[in-house]
Amino acid sequence: MQITLKIFRYNPEKDKKPHFDRYKVEADPHDRVLDVLEYIKGNNDGTLSFRRSCAHGICGSDAMRINGHNRLACKVLVKDLHSSRIVVEPIMGLPVVKDLIVDMEPFFKHFRSVMPFLVNDEPTPRQERLQSPEARERFDDTTKCILCACCTTSCPSFWGSDEYVGPAAIVAAHRFIFDDRDRAGGERLRILNNQFGVYRCHTIFNCTEACPREIQVTKAIGEVKRAIATGRLD
Amino acid sequence: MEKYAPKVKDLASRDVTSRAMYLEMRDGLGIGGKRYLYLDMRPETVNKYAIADGRKRPDGTPYRVTGEELLNKLPDIVDFARTYLGVDPVSQPMPVQPTAHYAMGGIPTNKFGEVVIDEQNTVLPGLYSAGEVACVSVHGANRLGTNSLLDLIVFGKYAGLRAAEFANGAAFQALPPDAADFARQQLEDIRSSDGEEKAYTIGNEMKSVMFDQVGVFRTETGMQQALEKVRELKERIKHVRRPDSTKVFNTELLNIWELGNLLELAEVTTVSAISRLESRGAHAREDYPKRDDQEWLKHTLARTEDGKIRLAYKPVTITKYQPKERVY
Repeated sequence: MQITLKIFRYNPEKDKKPHFDRYKVEADPHDRVLDVLEYIKGNNDGTLSFRRSCAHGICGSDAMRINGHNRLACKVLVKDLHSSRIVVEPIMGLPVVKDLIVDMEPFFKHFRSVMPFLVNDEPTPRQERLQSPEARERFDDTTKCILCACCTTSCPSFWGSDEYVGPAAIVAAHRFIFDDRDRAGGERLRILNNQFGVYRCHTIFNCTEACPREIQVTKAIGEVKRAIATGRLD
Repeated sequence: MEKYAPKVKDLASRDVTSRAMYLEMRDGLGIGGKRYLYLDMRPETVNKYAIADGRKRPDGTPYRVTGEELLNKLPDIVDFARTYLGVDPVSQPMPVQPTAHYAMGGIPTNKFGEVVIDEQNTVLPGLYSAGEVACVSVHGANRLGTNSLLDLIVFGKYAGLRAAEFANGAAFQALPPDAADFARQQLEDIRSSDGEEKAYTIGNEMKSVMFDQVGVFRTETGMQQALEKVRELKERIKHVRRPDSTKVFNTELLNIWELGNLLELAEVTTVSAISRLESRGAHAREDYPKRDDQEWLKHTLARTEDGKIRLAYKPVTITKYQPKERVY
């Protein structure tokens, strides 16, 4: 089928401001949007710039706005867009470096701020620290995050203020706060207990809709809010 | 799979399964005569065979699975099938075919992650390597399921510890002024290229010939064809269309440079595979179907000298487990 892509372009060395370029290409309905972008880059316009790596929804590098929704280009098939016109833009709320590539540093700064690693200074046991399947289940959903930023950059609160720690960082915090082997839950709750922490979330649910891993992001944020309010982790 | 691995059937290692699939498809037994097969993990199918085999769980209860368990245990596989094929593996069989999965060779290291440079395992001080890029030789000629975790978790840790130790005790050394010249020249050659070749096409041709001729099964004739093709592509990439000239996040330049490196690796892989006159692990030669420990129980080392690949070999250290024939 023939499709038309309207792609956001910005070259910091040449352009004063961004513009859109249009490309008409032949695509198989089963092609991923990423395949089409690769095709355009390989054949029509080598300067078209985007991030990509694993190409099957695991590495999280090709998050972009596709027909108005934050998606991974490698997980959207052309046929599933139900349209022969596809608009591709960078994810919003982060500075555009070039074309579809944004500066992820503000995003990762927030991620790092919640101590996204297991903290436990107790003496190392001789064998592994066992965890029951039930205890593991408590935070299973938030282990699925691939840090693609689809959630954070779909959030109007984040668009409003990039000081907001954002859904992805809260998901990362949730993954450790509710891990019974971890000992820094209280500290993470303190970090998130401020106006740029969990309270910037107004349960708009864009994040949950955007997550390519189907993480219940808004629910996880709600659980962190409740833990702060009650001081309990059950 | 009974035909290929009578005891463990579908749980045979990946190389065995890939070869079985390849042979079935070559005999025209793919689905609708095409080059794919069905992987059927519907609970009714899994349970049918579990009953037939009398399979039990560790606690002695009969082994049965539910759709929900499949979703919990294989979320990514289920998601791939749904996203890319519109197939629900809980109620439909999944179309599958073998593909390249892992690079087993790599930068040779010792068990501490220190890079070694020759047959005597001489350490190159200060250089460490771990993960899929490295070859600490955990895998030999085959990477069995979850073995890559060993590469990451065990040898990644040791490489990190050793590197930290080294950095702690080493004095800062000034780099020679020409240290970046080699890489800079490589990039400059691409930037000033004046041909019409497309990296996109060269990349696809490389993938296709490597998949067909240096893939699941290999023969002298096929691999020679592949080698000629790869060498042709190495010539053609010198005449690549001049890429994006910008300095910021120039992914086109990066892709072309990376493709040049991939072609080098494709050549090393093919030359090493042609020279190894036996079948071992995932290296399956139709013209030499048997493993030959007498001649070939050794590691291949490849290096380039004046643009030509030179092969050398080093012995395999065998400790606790004696090599024996794999039977599934």
